[in-house]
Amino acid sequence: MVIPQKAIDSVNKNKIGLKGPLATPIGKGHQSLNLALRKTFNLYANVRPCRSIEGYKTPYDDVDLVTIRENTEGEYSGIEHVIVDGVVQSIKLITEVASRRVAEFAFRYAVANGRKSVTAVHKANIMRMSDGLFLQCCREAAEKFPEVQFDEMYLDTVCLHMVQDPKKYDVLVMPNLYGDILSDLCAGLIGGLGVTPSGNIGENGAAIFESVHGTAPDIAGQDKANPTALLLSACMMLKHMGLGTYGSKIEKAAFEAIKNKETRTADLGGKATCSQFTDAVCRYVD
Amino acid sequence: MAAYRSLRLEKYFFRNNLNKRSILGTSAVLRGSYSQPKQNEAVDQRRQFSRHTGAKYGGRYTVTAIAGDGIGPELMGHVKHVFKVADVPVDFEDIYLDSAHDADTDLAHAVLAVKRNRVALKGNVETKHLKPGFVSHNLLLRVSLDLFANVIHCRSIPGVSTRHGDVDIVVIRENTEGEYKSLEHENVPGVVESLKVITRESSKRIARYAFEYARQQGRKKVTAVHKANIMKLSDGMFLDTCRQMAAEYPELKFEDMIVDNTCMQLVSRPQQFDVMVMPNLYGNIVSNIGCSLVGGPGLTAGSNIGSDFAIFEMGTRNTGKSIAGENIANPSAMLMAGVELCRYLGLARHADVIEKSIWRTISEDKVHTPDLGGTATTSDVVHSITQKVQNEMRKW
Repeated sequence: MVIPQKAIDSVNKNKIGLKGPLATPIGKGHQSLNLALRKTFNLYANVRPCRSIEGYKTPYDDVDLVTIRENTEGEYSGIEHVIVDGVVQSIKLITEVASRRVAEFAFRYAVANGRKSVTAVHKANIMRMSDGLFLQCCREAAEKFPEVQFDEMYLDTVCLHMVQDPKKYDVLVMPNLYGDILSDLCAGLIGGLGVTPSGNIGENGAAIFESVHGTAPDIAGQDKANPTALLLSACMMLKHMGLGTYGSKIEKAAFEAIKNKETRTADLGGKATCSQFTDAVCRYVD
Repeated sequence: MAAYRSLRLEKYFFRNNLNKRSILGTSAVLRGSYSQPKQNEAVDQRRQFSRHTGAKYGGRYTVTAIAGDGIGPELMGHVKHVFKVADVPVDFEDIYLDSAHDADTDLAHAVLAVKRNRVALKGNVETKHLKPGFVSHNLLLRVSLDLFANVIHCRSIPGVSTRHGDVDIVVIRENTEGEYKSLEHENVPGVVESLKVITRESSKRIARYAFEYARQQGRKKVTAVHKANIMKLSDGMFLDTCRQMAAEYPELKFEDMIVDNTCMQLVSRPQQFDVMVMPNLYGNIVSNIGCSLVGGPGLTAGSNIGSDFAIFEMGTRNTGKSIAGENIANPSAMLMAGVELCRYLGLARHADVIEKSIWRTISEDKVHTPDLGGTATTSDVVHSITQKVQNEMRKW
């Protein structure tokens, strides 16, 4: 399966996209279309801001961090082969170009959004060359942005402390696999993928914003789904395009709608349908 | 056959009431003897029932003690003290492998010492990853001794305030291959490849271990954690192997979950998990999350088990450099590692006494070090534990 040419042309023309979920078969079948999209449009950084949602109670209520994940290479390069029967090798690719690109983006993002510190997450004690290279690029980027505090932490230490005290973390930058796992971990802290926005940033201002939850075929077409993730991603998109005022307005309205028990969708413990929630957001915007 | 086996169990070994584990179950499973082919079942059973393991002479075992860096040395001292008070028939052979002793010969001595004594208690050795060509000695020790299973039992302890209660997860992590093969090269300047290797044999071994563990410990469900939607061949093979193994254990429920979803579920509803089996890196992540859920790195022990040798350590493998020498480290994790060590050697009674004393210190007397939100020192905790041990010993 390949991405249809129409889609490619459209994104190349408009530069900004908003995307819903795509399914990937497990253990066989075509390569992930999500990955293919990222490779085709060179979306090198995945940004996921995780902030505790007022009104939706989770055991963690003081989360405010951003995970920035290298989006094109690392463990997801898709290079795998069977060496001999029973022995499989999967290649993790780290390049200086990609690491430098995402590291500098992380610092620029921190400055642009008033964040105080950037933490590089790695496992260079085990994967010394690959994560070592990534870490080196982060250190060099840190020197260019002295106003942002920089530190580095092992992946397991971050997981350990994240679950106990997520307040400690601000912006986190890391290679692909760690980013995937950590960003989902942080999404779990604030309430799951149904409420987490995500943006994939490419070069020259191109970007695709998406909701990162699954396709949920069991509730499709029944007006049950929670549109919060896609809505918040759209707000991220507006902020990226310079239409921040509109983005903030809609975001605020969405949080108000979630705060109100009457207008929450089923997955957040409420009884509203998708359309009822949407109507509520529209009301709050006005 | 099964009925005969359980009769022999009741006759020769007593059950531990604290957490319903038989020492036969623990020591046999932990010793990894079930990994032999099915044809030699009779030989297996005899090996399983044999209590003789470790260097035993004159009724006492010799255990290699590798203190490591950071808080390792002070905690090792506390374990030795508690063992003395509990009259555990174990003598420690101190081996120095740390940032000051990091030559190849130091590592070779350590490996030989563990092979000699068969069992070791270990702190974490700091890895100087800035030194080019330097491979983690913790990793080399595990791989040289083929300690293929890393078992971490994360249990909620009453009295420790955490965001989630009722957590009882056993994380079984493949300990020798996967992302930790240290096979890296720079193809051209600025382009580095790191190889993740998954073999069917190792996957079968760890899957067999996990299911045997679950069966013998009376657990209900095994969850395989993977990323086979992206890494179709490597994690796909791991997952297939687990599925095939599951067919041999119909009484156990088997499910699989993608690692990112697993992490999300762990922080929202950890009570759904029982035994979890996974390749190396995911095990690192999941075990750290699990330890954190029940109260942090100071409470949980980790066992590294091979067919012939075993090393017991703190579950999250930290050096604790920042709190070294300040007498505020939580000794519970290292002491629990000592408890697991006693169980492995067949010293169930001693293990029970020490474990009960640790739990009562934490849950009833609430002597908590700063990592648990308290103000007690390490010595306070150890003193409380040894007092309880002494009281228990008087009853013997």
